Amino acid sequence: MSILSVDNLSITFGGVCAVDGVSFDIAEGLVFSIIGPNGAGKTTLFNLISGLYVAQGGRVLLAGEDVSGWTPERLARRGLSRTFQNLQIFFRLTALENVMVGRHRHERTGIFTDLLRLPAVERQNRATREQAMMALSRIGLQMMADRPAGSLAYGDLKRLEIARALATEPSVLLLDEPAAGCNAVETAELEGVIRGIAKDGVTVVLVEHDMRLVMNVSDRIHVLANGRTLAEGTAAEVRVDPAVIQAYLGAQEVGRAVG
Amino acid sequence: MKVFCKKIWLSMAELLQFIFSGLTVGAVYALVALGFTLIYNASDVVNFAQGEFVMLGGMTTVFLGLAGVPLPIAALIAVIATVAVGAALHRLAIEPARGAGPVALIMITIGASIFLRGIAQVIFDKRFHSLPSLFGSEPIRVGGAAILPQSLVVLSGAVVIVVLLWVFIDRTLLGKAVIATATNRLAARLVGIDTRRIVGFSFAVSAAIGAVAGILVTPITLTSYEVGTLLALKGFAAAMLGGMGNAIGAVVGGILLGLLEAIAAGYLSSQYKDAVAFLVILVVLFAMPQGLFGRANVDRV
Amino acid sequence: MRALFYSRLMPIAAVAIIAAVLPVYFPSAYYYRVAALVFVYALAGIGLNLLMGFAGQVSLGHAGFIGIGAYAVAVGPTHLGLPTWLSFFAGAALSAIVAFLVGRPILRLKGHYLAIATLGFGTLLSIVFTNQANLTGGPDGMSVPRLVLLGWAARGSETWYWISAASFVIGAALALNLIDSPTGRALRAIHDSEVAARVLGIDVAQKKLNVFVVSAVYASVAGSYLAMFNGLITPEVSGFLRSIELVAMVVLGGMGSIVGSLVGSAVIVVLPQALSFLHDYEHMVLGLIVMGVMIFLPGGIVPSLTALFAGRRA
Repeated sequence: MSILSVDNLSITFGGVCAVDGVSFDIAEGLVFSIIGPNGAGKTTLFNLISGLYVAQGGRVLLAGEDVSGWTPERLARRGLSRTFQNLQIFFRLTALENVMVGRHRHERTGIFTDLLRLPAVERQNRATREQAMMALSRIGLQMMADRPAGSLAYGDLKRLEIARALATEPSVLLLDEPAAGCNAVETAELEGVIRGIAKDGVTVVLVEHDMRLVMNVSDRIHVLANGRTLAEGTAAEVRVDPAVIQAYLGAQEVGRAVG
Repeated sequence: MKVFCKKIWLSMAELLQFIFSGLTVGAVYALVALGFTLIYNASDVVNFAQGEFVMLGGMTTVFLGLAGVPLPIAALIAVIATVAVGAALHRLAIEPARGAGPVALIMITIGASIFLRGIAQVIFDKRFHSLPSLFGSEPIRVGGAAILPQSLVVLSGAVVIVVLLWVFIDRTLLGKAVIATATNRLAARLVGIDTRRIVGFSFAVSAAIGAVAGILVTPITLTSYEVGTLLALKGFAAAMLGGMGNAIGAVVGGILLGLLEAIAAGYLSSQYKDAVAFLVILVVLFAMPQGLFGRANVDRV
Repeated sequence: MRALFYSRLMPIAAVAIIAAVLPVYFPSAYYYRVAALVFVYALAGIGLNLLMGFAGQVSLGHAGFIGIGAYAVAVGPTHLGLPTWLSFFAGAALSAIVAFLVGRPILRLKGHYLAIATLGFGTLLSIVFTNQANLTGGPDGMSVPRLVLLGWAARGSETWYWISAASFVIGAALALNLIDSPTGRALRAIHDSEVAARVLGIDVAQKKLNVFVVSAVYASVAGSYLAMFNGLITPEVSGFLRSIELVAMVVLGGMGSIVGSLVGSAVIVVLPQALSFLHDYEHMVLGLIVMGVMIFLPGGIVPSLTALFAGRRA
């Protein structure tokens, strides 16, 4: 059964059809990548799936349930999480606190217990701190735990956002251009992180421009251009698809990506 | 039958009276809202001191007149002085805080408004003052209602100002520069427009508009050191009603607000007349934040 | 030792000690009075700080809630025959309800729209208080019966000094509790990135509403104290100027610093008293303070000082 399905999804902004009848099914546990030239509608698609935009046509199904039009909060509570292309880190919080916020949907105290600092709050704080620390360690950022997020390097911040999203214990994780602005070393580390996430059973949906990363890590690739589906298949299939090559990859790029 | 017709005629006359007074204050609100819009468009600043410009125009003229200066000269000096205040406000309070968020900027203009009020309190006094009407104070009878000649002066003054502003924006190079700055500040700078000067200029023009409005309306509504605050809030309500950033909207919003206020005061309760503007603000923000003529905003993630 | 210094309760303990020791230096009842005012306004400031400094919202009409609390303890005993203590709680409850009803639509707004909406709301309340003369005594205000608990009447600047100081300490402790908790982290997250908070499962609208209601209750309590202390209130207590002063206090003391509310309140309350010869210039001074604070010290006094001590830049 597919864990995330998109059925004929469409949205138009001021006369421009940003996403036009896109459909795909993602099976559980896969690493599914969405690629395409700039302006193809990839981030818009993510925004539609994660509830930030409301589609004008089509549906989104999460684990078989129709979640079209659901708010991001509701989707998060159903196990959908995401990162952002333009880093939405909580800069004034420490790295650890960022991840602790990721634990919020599993926290059990309310505003009144918090005000009065009943024993349950102390316990909750401790548990959240421990789990957040573990999440940080898993991506290797435990050294930065108490540093204000604003002081971290760009590559570290990208990983921090992933750790934060993972802290929600999602079943589906949307990664929006995690390698953007990263150098070769950081991108290689990212590859490892993504593989690790997939191995833990989380379904990863990736929007990325870095073709090497995409080809190395994806189980299936969906190609978008001008808001419409151009092709879908395994890395091997997509690489040699003539429409894809013409619109996006270019013969030389394919050579480099495979090389 | 005759009694019935008379009743209709009387209530029509009453309505007409409210409309006249509504149009008069509405013209002032429209000018305040126009000043807001000019500054907001050029710099994204919501200028709370707008009302003080109106107050300064009226009060300065009054006190110069009391000191023996012939009124036309006093009015001219008052406008120039207010323009200087507007330019100083921009240079001393707004420019230094260029990078601050919208809320900080509003607070700064609120602080400036309180400061100007404080100065007026000290330099002038705390009483109400008036100016002689331009064409005498004998009301003109129209359809059973009375309209003051000064009201006509205010209305025509507002029309003249709006037309002048439109001509300026549309026909002069400086006007185009203002539009450019309003549309895209960075692009304007890239083509060599000194946006800082343009913003300062918009403050100066707003101040002038406010001052003129103040001078024209003082014969009718009187003036005192504290008329600025409420005027600013009502002008803001008018600008919101018309659509923040839309000049035509500002004028329409102002007139509309004036009419709403007069009708509410006449038919509902004169005590809560001032509350109308605040209700308008809340209703507009909740129901149609883009106002009558504005565009809705979309946030990009 | 370091851990103790940075612990949550250290600032509270420090304030409590200062509050206990300070009266030794008071030559007359007048000082008790001014200090009591400082604590009362600082209490309202805590609530506003939670809303502005932590959750990152803004309210330019918070004096409206002070007004609700103040008029509750006046109207309750005078017109409804309720004992003062009950009116006090009723005022807080009413503030909470009003905040809840108005908060939902208002908090959907952001930036200067939110600022103006709260300004409009606060001024609307002020107009109601001014005009409903039959209930509130109109522009001249009304007298407030003394608080009487079990036969003991709370009267005098000294008594109210202890009451307001103790209330501030309690209020500050509660606020500090909130900050180091799931709710507190969620609020701080909302301040930095609402969209990220939502995507992590935080019900942003509900959290904003909660903190708005809490801040309204803080203001209401402060308002009730003000009324019971002065024995008289006028609609000015809920006016536009008061709302602006409150925001200036919070910004001056440092947004996000609970103890900073005390510093900010001290400056805004004490300055006009100390410069009483400048009484006519009060508005000028206030205007200059507001402008100066927003232009030069948007970070506030306390955070800048603490950063200095900790060897970091603010």
